[in-house]
Amino acid sequence: MRDAVAAHVRDGDVVAIEGFTHLIAFAAAHEIIRQQRRNLTLCRLTPDIVADQMIAAGCLSTLVFSWAGNPGAGSLHAFRRAAESAEPAAPPRGRLALDEYSHFGMVGRFAASAAGLPFWPLRAYRDTDLPVANPNIRQVTCPFTGEKLAAVPALRPDVTIVHAQRADRLGNAQVWGVTGVQKEAAFAAEKVVVVVEEIVDETVIRADPNRTVIPGFIVDAVVHEPWGAHPSYAQGYYDRDNDFYSRWEPISRDAAALEQWLDTYVRSVPDRAAYLDKFPGLRQRLAAKAAPSAAVNYGY
Amino acid sequence: MLCAAAAELANGDVVFVGIGLPSLACNLARATHAPDVVLIYESGTIDTRPDRIPLSIGDPALVTGAAMVSPMTDVFQYVLQRGHIDVGFLGAAQVDKAGNLNTTVLGPYSRPSVRLPGSGGAAEIAAHARRVLVVTRLERRAFPAKVDFVTSPGARVARVITDQCIFERDNHRNELVLSALFAGVTVDDVRARVGWELRVSNEVRMLPAPGERELKALRSLRRA
Repeated sequence: MRDAVAAHVRDGDVVAIEGFTHLIAFAAAHEIIRQQRRNLTLCRLTPDIVADQMIAAGCLSTLVFSWAGNPGAGSLHAFRRAAESAEPAAPPRGRLALDEYSHFGMVGRFAASAAGLPFWPLRAYRDTDLPVANPNIRQVTCPFTGEKLAAVPALRPDVTIVHAQRADRLGNAQVWGVTGVQKEAAFAAEKVVVVVEEIVDETVIRADPNRTVIPGFIVDAVVHEPWGAHPSYAQGYYDRDNDFYSRWEPISRDAAALEQWLDTYVRSVPDRAAYLDKFPGLRQRLAAKAAPSAAVNYGY
Repeated sequence: MLCAAAAELANGDVVFVGIGLPSLACNLARATHAPDVVLIYESGTIDTRPDRIPLSIGDPALVTGAAMVSPMTDVFQYVLQRGHIDVGFLGAAQVDKAGNLNTTVLGPYSRPSVRLPGSGGAAEIAAHARRVLVVTRLERRAFPAKVDFVTSPGARVARVITDQCIFERDNHRNELVLSALFAGVTVDDVRARVGWELRVSNEVRMLPAPGERELKALRSLRRA
């Protein structure tokens, strides 16, 4: 992980760390915090706790997003403080720049770049204030029907980091469960880092090619990082740590407590394995139960 | 409130579910009078039957046993924008007289007093679902005459279900009208909690208290 972040994430980069509730690359984000990256533009539909942590750590100058909350638990308070701030300083004390859309808008931005197009058309945003707030949401007229549609610009990250259940050494990555916009975010980017629970032999991948979401030929690095998505989850491996998400609310609300949390769980640990050691019994508590599917026959 | 919201769903409805109260109401409906309701979440879980109440719209329980899990490109384009959603079920921080919803900011966008989470899928759900239901608690600061920011347009809002009453949207006059009250709540109670001159339906329904079956189902919905 250290090498992948050192090689592929630079100050000022536009970074997509995707995972829609599922497979959020937390371990990669923590390594970015440890390596003290600055002035990043983070792209995530749902910023989630990972953005709250990166904002508090001073890594971000801009957030590209569509929903910044902690559902069922409270708010992302480092996000709120930085989004409400009037102080003439860099975030987190000063104002975090926001490039705000809806989920559909963000999906469209990644899809456009993934498809090699400059924008994506949507039937959306009429009679709402979002296009007024964000001049990046514009209008196009259909050349065939004359209908006016909303248009969102392509979003091309310098690097996209995704967490997947497994991949082979060439980077052919397989995902099951909620895939969100992982595929689009990967194809949209200049560089792709895939972080996996397991590195498997090529034959395992090739026995189930429909399950491959990201092909190795667009991948620049593969990192083996078990439990790398905690407190998010990996279907078939471990549950979402809903308890952690609930307990984040009081930590997030208190900037000093949040700073201490980062010192204890991110800055003072060398890697994800050491982070996990700070949560005794976690693996047992969250380990996934069995719900396998039947094998299918790819023969002919 | 949850039982009244659940009652709004017909068996077989294809429902796009927002997190929080909408998710609880939809799963209650599925456990009681609408077992064939098709629940769809923004995360791409389609015709899902979670065995625990999801804390988030991407909870792993929404995947296990679902009929389909698709990428978000598909759920937003082929399902929602294409027009397959009967009911969109949303929450809101603010609801105004016209049924517009605000989940973005309190105060001006450039200098918000409170930054709310943002649209998520709400803006497009409100634009494309055939009928939009809103579930939220009735408080004066949550029901201004005009929302501070229109996140989701009110044109397709059919009903706003609160913990005190139900509003129905009058599409000729583009305003919410009081149409039902919970036991013990008066019209004046509601008037005091909305920021506009509230019109009241000629026939205000009195809503029944939840039945034993609904209460039992509510209690048995296991939490994540």
